Amino acid sequence: MANRTAQRPNGQTQGKICQFKLVLLGESAVGKSSLVLRFVKGQFHEYQESTIGAAFLTQTICLDDTTVKFEIWDTAGQERYHSLAPMYYRGAQAAIVVYDITNQDTFGRAKTWVKELQRQASPNIVIALAGNKQDLANKRVVEYEEAQSYADENGLLFMETSAKTAMNVNDIFLAIAKKLPKNEQNTGQAGNAQGRRLTEGDTGPKATGNCCK
Amino acid sequence: MDEEYDAIVLGTGLKECILSGMLSVSGKKVLHVDRNKYYGGESASICPLEELFTKFGAPAPDESYGRGRDWNVDLIPKFLMANGSLVKLLIHTGVTRYLEFKSVEGSYVYKGGKIAKVPVDQKEALASDLMGMFEKRRFRNFLIYVQDFLDEDPKTWKDFDPRTQNMTALYEKFGLDKNTQDFTGHALALFRDDEYLNNPAIETIKRIKLYSDSLARYGKSPYLYPMYGLGELPQGFARLSAIYGGTYMLDKQIDEIVLGEGGKVVGVRSGSEIARCKQVYCDPTYVPDRVRKKGKVVRCICLLDHPIPNTKDALSTQIIIPQKQVGRHSDIYVSLVSYTHQVAAKGWFIAMVSTTVETDNPESEIKAGLDLLGPVRQKFVSVSDYYEPTDDGLQSQIFISQSYDATTHFETTCLDVLDIFKRGTGEEFDFSKIKHELGDEEQ
Repeated sequence: MANRTAQRPNGQTQGKICQFKLVLLGESAVGKSSLVLRFVKGQFHEYQESTIGAAFLTQTICLDDTTVKFEIWDTAGQERYHSLAPMYYRGAQAAIVVYDITNQDTFGRAKTWVKELQRQASPNIVIALAGNKQDLANKRVVEYEEAQSYADENGLLFMETSAKTAMNVNDIFLAIAKKLPKNEQNTGQAGNAQGRRLTEGDTGPKATGNCCK
Repeated sequence: MDEEYDAIVLGTGLKECILSGMLSVSGKKVLHVDRNKYYGGESASICPLEELFTKFGAPAPDESYGRGRDWNVDLIPKFLMANGSLVKLLIHTGVTRYLEFKSVEGSYVYKGGKIAKVPVDQKEALASDLMGMFEKRRFRNFLIYVQDFLDEDPKTWKDFDPRTQNMTALYEKFGLDKNTQDFTGHALALFRDDEYLNNPAIETIKRIKLYSDSLARYGKSPYLYPMYGLGELPQGFARLSAIYGGTYMLDKQIDEIVLGEGGKVVGVRSGSEIARCKQVYCDPTYVPDRVRKKGKVVRCICLLDHPIPNTKDALSTQIIIPQKQVGRHSDIYVSLVSYTHQVAAKGWFIAMVSTTVETDNPESEIKAGLDLLGPVRQKFVSVSDYYEPTDDGLQSQIFISQSYDATTHFETTCLDVLDIFKRGTGEEFDFSKIKHELGDEEQ
């Protein structure tokens, strides 16, 4: 499916933009925000505060002639007391469920989040499992093979990542981008089936955003 | 929970969520608690449909209603004015990014047993069958006057002082008859009763301007409605609060608001835990001894498998029945949303008829509205008291919101929120505070 447009004659590229909502899930302090900050801004902070003020980030990836724009939703800490709103899952096309490879409990919680997604989110959602803090592999308690086989059983993408060293961070987003269906529905040109976002000085349907600017 | 906060907010209704967001954005440390497992309190949208039937003690819906999970039914009907204060709040706070809206397709007014489209510009005024030939001209002149009116330029006031002269005087200036006054005051200026006639005309002029400015934004009608129902609004503002550090706890029983010296709040107790705080913000249900009954609203949720007759099959609409048309003191409101807003299964419509209660038989008061709907598949009637706080909260530092009134839009909701914020913090909400910071996040 991802190659559909590559079959055009003469390799004519007619850049197509697909936008996807991606949500992050996982126990507090496993590095959800750090992964996003690394992916979007290329930054890492050793003592990243609990999520404040960074809960709506966007980043684009170019795949062949398609530009994939991720709208990334961070939990903003609302997962802590089981208070994530249904809005969070609404319309999400991709999710990264994060655990900390040095903490067994967070892996258990990750499995619970996967179940929650299967229950609440759209049935076609692409889910990736990220075993974060790979730079602390010497303190590892969750074995790679264990997570891999869990991911295989549940049809999830799986990678171990490190927001600190940047290992596999871009790769996991890229893998998700490749797996997402890039049909008309996601190009923002599907017509009036969806509502519109309100913006300042808006006088009509919003023009499709320009990527890679 | 055993921590100290600047403010504890109780209840996750829309007002409390907006307040929580504004407080967090202003740098306050906020704990936001709800006794329910879900967001929204009274402003939640009920999902799935089975839950709505259970709530009203009705037998479970049959399979003709489609999948229960496709339904999100509001308990309180309201629309957003496209150029109104809630839209401004949504845009300035960035909460608009979490939501999608659709324009409401039609806006109608009831006259002599029939409904007619609300005329809003000169062209529509001349085509409207609400008025006779000469009245149309007069109404057109009135609309031009309002359009050209500038608050800061007395030249546009045309020998009329809208700050001292009342609305009746302005109607007389243009020679508008009672019928025209009726739809102008109720369907354009959206007053619930006729008290406005004796108040300075400026208030009405501003409201009509809001109506036409809202209409100018997206066409069709001045109203907007969020996809998946009104329950998305509190969730959006809760998210804003969380992003700025607010802590959220749902499904948490509140047992006591703990007072200290001079009756000033010092904390909130849940079981054996006490969260300390300097202030509490809450809805009336958390403080029954600090509010008084102000009136009653009757609301009737109607599930239909067809649009409302005579609305050109609109998938969403509002009909206002001005009080005088049916011999009442307050207007009856009819609103309709449908599957196109992801609030009902394919092919289904949700109509809501509501008004302020005036008699001992509330259900009979909405009959004129129900009669417009055509066959109703299922009907749920509720009568609820609405409350206002008994004091301004300055002494106790407990700031209480008013219950949601019968108005069809969020203007009074926002006024209440901004007023509470000002009382609580001693300052007006500074919109500029967030806009810039949030702007940085965009790539």
